[in-house]
Amino acid sequence: MSQTTLGKNAGDSRERDGGGTSTARALTGQALRALRDNMRQYGMVIALVLLLGLFQVWSGGDMLLPRNVTNILLQNGYILILAIGMMIVIINGHIDLSVGSLAAFTGAAAAVMMVDHDMPWQLALFLSLLIGAVVGAWQGFWIAYVGIPSFIVTLAGMLLFRGATQILLDGQSISPFPEGFQDISQGFLPEVGPDTNYHNLTVLMGVLVCAVALFQEWRQRKQALAYELHVLPFRMFLLKCAAIVAAVLAFTLTLASYRGVPVVLLILGGLLVVMGYVMRNAVIGRHIYALGGNRAAAQLSGVKDKRVTMLVFVNMGVLAALAGCVFAARLNAGTPGAGNLFELEAIAAAFIGGASMSGGVGTVLGAVIGGLVLGVLNNGMSLVGISQDVQQVIKGLVLLAAVGFDVWNKRRARS
Amino acid sequence: MTQHVLEMRGITKSFPGVRALDGVDISVRAGEVHAVCGENGAGKSTLMKVLSGVHPHGSYGGEIRFEGELCAFRDIRASERHGIVIIHQELALVPQLSIAENIFLGNERAARGVISWSSTLVETERLLRRVGLDERPGTRIAELGVGKQQLVEIAKALAKRVKLLILDEPTAALNDEDSRKLLGLIGELRDQGISCILISHKLNEIRQVADTVTVLRDGRSIETLAVRGSVGGPATVSDEQLITRMVGRELDQFYPDRTPYTGERAGQVALTVRDWTVRHPVDTGRTVVDSVSFEVRHGEILGIAGLMGAGRTELAMSVFGRSWGRYVRGSVELHGREVSTRTVAEAVGHGIAYVTEDRKTYGLNLIDTISRNISLAALPRMARHGVVDAHGERRVAERYRGSMNIKAPTVFEQVGRLSGGNQQKVVLSQWINAEPQVLILDEPTRGIDVGAKAEIYTVIDQLAAQGKAVVVISSELSELLGVCDRIATMAFGRMTGVLDRAEATQEGLMRLMTRTDVGAVDATGRPVTEES
Ligand SMILES: Nc1ncnc2c1ncn2[C@@H]1O[C@H](COP(=O)(O)OP(=O)(O)OP(=O)(O)O)[C@@H](O)[C@H]1O
Ligand SMILES: [Mg+2]
Repeated sequence: MSQTTLGKNAGDSRERDGGGTSTARALTGQALRALRDNMRQYGMVIALVLLLGLFQVWSGGDMLLPRNVTNILLQNGYILILAIGMMIVIINGHIDLSVGSLAAFTGAAAAVMMVDHDMPWQLALFLSLLIGAVVGAWQGFWIAYVGIPSFIVTLAGMLLFRGATQILLDGQSISPFPEGFQDISQGFLPEVGPDTNYHNLTVLMGVLVCAVALFQEWRQRKQALAYELHVLPFRMFLLKCAAIVAAVLAFTLTLASYRGVPVVLLILGGLLVVMGYVMRNAVIGRHIYALGGNRAAAQLSGVKDKRVTMLVFVNMGVLAALAGCVFAARLNAGTPGAGNLFELEAIAAAFIGGASMSGGVGTVLGAVIGGLVLGVLNNGMSLVGISQDVQQVIKGLVLLAAVGFDVWNKRRARS
Repeated sequence: MTQHVLEMRGITKSFPGVRALDGVDISVRAGEVHAVCGENGAGKSTLMKVLSGVHPHGSYGGEIRFEGELCAFRDIRASERHGIVIIHQELALVPQLSIAENIFLGNERAARGVISWSSTLVETERLLRRVGLDERPGTRIAELGVGKQQLVEIAKALAKRVKLLILDEPTAALNDEDSRKLLGLIGELRDQGISCILISHKLNEIRQVADTVTVLRDGRSIETLAVRGSVGGPATVSDEQLITRMVGRELDQFYPDRTPYTGERAGQVALTVRDWTVRHPVDTGRTVVDSVSFEVRHGEILGIAGLMGAGRTELAMSVFGRSWGRYVRGSVELHGREVSTRTVAEAVGHGIAYVTEDRKTYGLNLIDTISRNISLAALPRMARHGVVDAHGERRVAERYRGSMNIKAPTVFEQVGRLSGGNQQKVVLSQWINAEPQVLILDEPTRGIDVGAKAEIYTVIDQLAAQGKAVVVISSELSELLGVCDRIATMAFGRMTGVLDRAEATQEGLMRLMTRTDVGAVDATGRPVTEES
């Protein structure tokens, strides 16, 4: 019985795989169907592309200028870093409201260490991250071991570290920073080789990323076929590959024709790859998903809830500290007002990127895409001269629409 | 010939990758109890969800006629307005609210938005009398056992002026006593003119109360049979007739012959629990498990019988990493050496596994895949340097999908989308995959069809034959008598006796299960002298 259903299905996917007639209609049909089946995956990517297109036209071509694209990355790097950590916290079934204050506090601490105590910036950065880890452990302790809801603990942390920042800085801004520290947020990869009109190293990296991405796609498809899973029809697969290559190349060429890859992008890329891998393939990642999906069941399966939750918050603390340093480096100052409302931006990014209030779902990549949607929206609206107040309204509506769409889509799939 | 109150014709319903219903026909006569049976995943629950508007009109094919009228229900409320009420496989009562509040939830007795408590209470009293439940309307649901909760569900349905009552495996979580009561009530309701659709895997129940039975297999209606020759007469349809139609073949043997374990550890005691005493986690004055001692040997299957509330699940869960209640005293020994099982991780580390009776709450991550659920308890073993071996994981999942006959298009299907019985098989697979030495199974065949039951009995037998020590907690005495080597009984938190398979009978066990006069006995049945 199960064999027949399985067989039917496998046949199904192979049939689709073979591709239909060569008319363009059939291809669009396939594309639409593939799109519908993978709405969850592609919805936000499409939204992102549409937004870019919209603002490109609206701003008369300013949006996708190399300078502006680079700017978007520089402007949003710290939010994206926070969003990655926040996504993991939310998957684990918790929330962290303190990240904005914590970012301010660690940025301020780094500033004090470098400016007032003449510490080398590497050491200051390291100590800041350590402070982040300790604070994360502190909050994780109350949440995991004492059992106070994360909402409360981190709400307390939000107040606590905002105050601590004020005290630490005595209400003043501290600057300037050593150049090395500024580079975390304002630096670019060095140039090598002959002078082409493009940044050579950036182009090289782009090609490399393309190759790796294609290889991954191909491997995934091969595995999926071996497991008799549904795969995209072959033409669609090619189309997808072409789209990936085109997007990556366009992106790198854009960056390469300005100043190349910013250091922030390297940090982000590294985080994305490492955290993504851990969440997908490491035991700890699985445990995080399992706890968010059904805490009681995961505990009864021997998952160490307390330890895992603790680690998740330590990770969030470190990332918040990193974001704080990146932000301070960008301002080239430690200020008491830094990181204001960052927690909300990060939470919004996670939910736009596919997190669920009840935990257990979401991906690190989703958080980054969600963060980019917000970032592009911010940047684009500023470019076309929409006022700050209206921007807030629109961002609120976008969050509501994104999550609402997701809920609707899920409900539709269920019945 | 009585008229048909319900006719469903050519019902089809597909989910992505699965065709759950494929042209089902079913007709229910007015005032009959119509049973629906079939294997796990045959489509029984889905059919009832189509009928009750959970799956709205337009999301399925075919037509539904109720009292001759063509129906297109948009949601549950629409079907309830017509008098069709469904009680789902999983109960849906709010534990914090009172009986009265639950009965009228969403259907409040109110005038201009203000609840009229007097009429609510009077009405509730009346309904409770009608279902034979002797409780006060103000009692909170959390204080009731599952059996009584089931009766509250029925009272709730009656409050909606039900004409057709649908019960999806109502007795799955009930013990024999409560089941009998419930089936009696269904009979009474029928005599009052309420038609009833009863989904059940227990064929004896079907023969007991049903007038007609429709068998589903693989989403198709195979046949509708009359259960008895004359109204109220004795059942004429046999288990074999039903099973053959459900499974599509004949099932030769239900309980396997016990395969003896002959390995090096044969006869050696694996797990010993001594003087285990646990209090209620909230109501800490109440001792729920009282000085219980027992032992299981390698290759042995020990059954634990008891009525609802006897403390069997509490015993198992507290031994398993103290996951329930407040530990008072007692020790756990493995191979004669005392070990600590303070946390679940420790218990798992010592090779103890516990398969929960409540898969939704304690067993499964419903939003994750079959494959990831099966591997969860064994992840550290299936990983190298903290990284999960994805291929190995998939292979393992495939193996269990085959050996346990889990019905799903792929092992990457969300567990929440599986039928109840198939979810149960996933939980079992998870723990067998943890490769434990001692396996405690709490109601392992709850909600599982006859064919799969036989498969699971075989699995249990094989686990014992490999030298594992198996403890089976079950409310079905016939099941315990069929698979266990020894059966211990519990009553009111105490062990009241242990019988060998050869000397155990339903009556003998029942006597021990209801015994209140004894002190605790140890695993061999000898009384334990108590110090306190
Ligand atoms: N929401 C859903 N999404 C996807 N598939 C579903 C969904 N609901 C049910 N199915 C599938 O439909 C089939 C029939 O399921 P259904 O729950 O009706 O079985 P059942 O006869 O009630 O089984 P059981 O005796 O185990 O409760 C199963 O293969 C199941 O996996
Ligand atoms: Mg069912």
